[in-house]
Amino acid sequence: MDTNQYLEVFIDESNEHLQSCSENLLVLEKNPQDTAIVNEIFRNAHTLKGMSATMGYEDIANLTHKMENVLDAIRNDKMVVTPELLDVVFESVDHLEEMVADISGGGNGKKDVTQTVEKLRRLENGEPLEGTSATQEEEISITSDDAIQSSELAFDDFEKTVLEQSSEQGFETVEIRVTLRDDCLLKAARVYMIFEILEKLGDVIKSVPTVEKLEDEQFDSSFAVAFVTKDTPEDLKQKLMKVSEVETVIITQIAVKKLSTQPNEQEEVTTAQIQAIAVTPKSEEKQVTTTKSNGHNSSKTIRVNIERLDILMNLFEELVIDRGRLQSIATELNHSELNETTERMTRVSGDLQNIILNMRMVPVETVFNRFPKMVRQLSRDLNKKINLEIIGAETELDRTVIDEIGDPLVHLIRNALDHGVESPEERLAAGKPEVGSVELRAYHSGNHVFIEIEDDGAGINRQRVLEKALAKGVITEESVASLSNKQIDELILASGFSTADVISDVSGRGVGLDVVKSTIEALGGSVSIESEQGKGSLFSIQLPLTLSIISVMLVEIEKEVYAIPLSSIIETSIIKTSDIMNAHNQKVIDFRGKVVPLVFLDETFDVPRASNDNDGFHSVVLVRKGDKMAGLVVDSFIGQQEIVLKSLGNYLSNVFAISGATILGNGQVALIVDCNSLIK
Amino acid sequence: MTEQLDAEMLKVIVFQLGDKEYALPVHQVQGIEKSVHITRVPRTANYVKGVINLRGVVTPIIDLRERFAIPFLEEEDDTRIIIISHEDMEVGFIVDAANDVMDLPKISIEPQPEVVDSMEEEFIAGVAKVDKRLLILLNLEKVLNTLK
Repeated sequence: MDTNQYLEVFIDESNEHLQSCSENLLVLEKNPQDTAIVNEIFRNAHTLKGMSATMGYEDIANLTHKMENVLDAIRNDKMVVTPELLDVVFESVDHLEEMVADISGGGNGKKDVTQTVEKLRRLENGEPLEGTSATQEEEISITSDDAIQSSELAFDDFEKTVLEQSSEQGFETVEIRVTLRDDCLLKAARVYMIFEILEKLGDVIKSVPTVEKLEDEQFDSSFAVAFVTKDTPEDLKQKLMKVSEVETVIITQIAVKKLSTQPNEQEEVTTAQIQAIAVTPKSEEKQVTTTKSNGHNSSKTIRVNIERLDILMNLFEELVIDRGRLQSIATELNHSELNETTERMTRVSGDLQNIILNMRMVPVETVFNRFPKMVRQLSRDLNKKINLEIIGAETELDRTVIDEIGDPLVHLIRNALDHGVESPEERLAAGKPEVGSVELRAYHSGNHVFIEIEDDGAGINRQRVLEKALAKGVITEESVASLSNKQIDELILASGFSTADVISDVSGRGVGLDVVKSTIEALGGSVSIESEQGKGSLFSIQLPLTLSIISVMLVEIEKEVYAIPLSSIIETSIIKTSDIMNAHNQKVIDFRGKVVPLVFLDETFDVPRASNDNDGFHSVVLVRKGDKMAGLVVDSFIGQQEIVLKSLGNYLSNVFAISGATILGNGQVALIVDCNSLIK
Repeated sequence: MTEQLDAEMLKVIVFQLGDKEYALPVHQVQGIEKSVHITRVPRTANYVKGVINLRGVVTPIIDLRERFAIPFLEEEDDTRIIIISHEDMEVGFIVDAANDVMDLPKISIEPQPEVVDSMEEEFIAGVAKVDKRLLILLNLEKVLNTLK
């Protein structure tokens, strides 16, 4: 089957199911008695198994099947949820994630999971996890070898599932052994005819030898097929005997339930598994009901490739530019109907713009949801007790930002777990609760999204940071005295810095935090740290809401148009020349009791002046950076507008006080003023 | 014989700058545009004329006359912007006119003469003589370099 076209869907859906598996497992860990959750996990595993088997990823199918068996036993009260059990299931989910990641990376999704499979099997059979026994792998291979010799069919997990399902639907499963006459000349042709008949009557599940071998005549005179049909064995036999040169046809019925236990026969299977399979139909009924109840709540969605959204966005930008042209033509012509149409178009395209922009917004949940599992695993590895709390996962961010912040957040959380929160003993000794807490928060504020990671751990040891920074040459002896506490804290973001005495594989080799800083800054954001020794630390990431669209105020200087981001504007004002005062060669104004320096943009940007006429008034845009302010003097205000942020290209990578460019309605380029670099 | 010749050919775009003809390999040229509104970018080198909107992409423009210290010329109808792509950069060059596309036998390309009269010396990758025309091949790396 050509499965390529389904591959993307498969990967997306698998990831969703795995995500929901791990989320539910975490919930289950807290409420081990809740069988509704087990059902949910079972359903995820079941779907995943089906999909992967269809796509031909046997390792995934195999592992999910084993996992499913264990889950099934839990929900039928054959087994209780223990931490060990959850560990194994978590391990399986990890493996599955790796395999799916491998597939999405172009691999074949194969992975040696025999150890985990073995653990699951032991759980299922109630054996202890530790201890020795022959590996599953070997025994299966023995079974299948035997099967061919003794002309019995061995089924793998996928085939068994198919058989189980067809028997539930009222199909008979039969084994057909066809023997051709010894003097048969066209064995392949006969095989073909037999298969043709069989395919009309039902489905061939398996044949021994395989169909390929049969068609190549690589068999003696007889072969066996497992076949599901609604026909009676007698009818089947008669129809098959009509094929020439067929010597005998032996049809035996296969008991599906018995068959399921077959691979485990040599392992003295307990009755648990047989029962587990016997109750499958019942559990599937339950499944159906849960699906139904879920179906009502979920909104209808389709998957769209992000590239297509980008193309849509680009096309829309072109449309906006043409819209601007149309508007100016309409004003020029002053044709009432044209004006009306243009206005309508402007409104419609405005709505369209909102929709397109919103389509690109994704809740940060998509990044956050992998953290609970990570924290659980890490705190175990580190022997720490940590409770992760997530707040504001529904906060939305542009897709492009979401894609980038995953890794920096992983680094910061690892850092908080490894270096921040202390071991339970230390915590108790310091009079803190044994369980440390890490809080991950996301929220909107103005044109920005803040993501904060706060822990109640040891905080930053400034003395050690200083020593390290000096030792590593990050700072010099002379500069130590002039550093504020905040600056010292932020030294840990400098490259080549690691405060952990022992380099652990958890938080890496100190390359992590400076990568965090550079990644966030590349996104147009910033990282800051607040820390109090003994109380904990707070890492705060400020990110632009979207990378591509910002609100600006357009201003004019002579004939040049500049855009000032609305996020940094406090207000606009018109001042008299006589209001301008001089302080140390710097022109300032008194703005509501504060002395605010003025920046004459025409001077800063060397705008060529045609004439120097001054009517005694200046238009000033008051901007801020943190708690500092400045007044940008321009010729006139044009108005507020949403613009598409574009870079100046790699050639002009570092232009003073210009953070980018945008294309205006008339098709011309306007530069975006970087207020931060204008405020000293 | 012809095949061998083909292999030794270099397809170039020929453009005019002052009284000289220059050439750029065609694979480095993205397109040739008529002059459009250029937005000045303050505080950049004098030869950076600004940026243009090239079908939605903001593209920097370099005035090659300024770059090579050839006296300034008022913009004319023939003035073109040649969009080139080099490594990860896309840049437009303002030239007096785009003249020709031609196949240059590689054999005809010689290293630059020892004595070249003007400042542009360092930007030259070689010269080629075709019929009676002298084509100067540009070293894009050098032309674009100083700003990096």
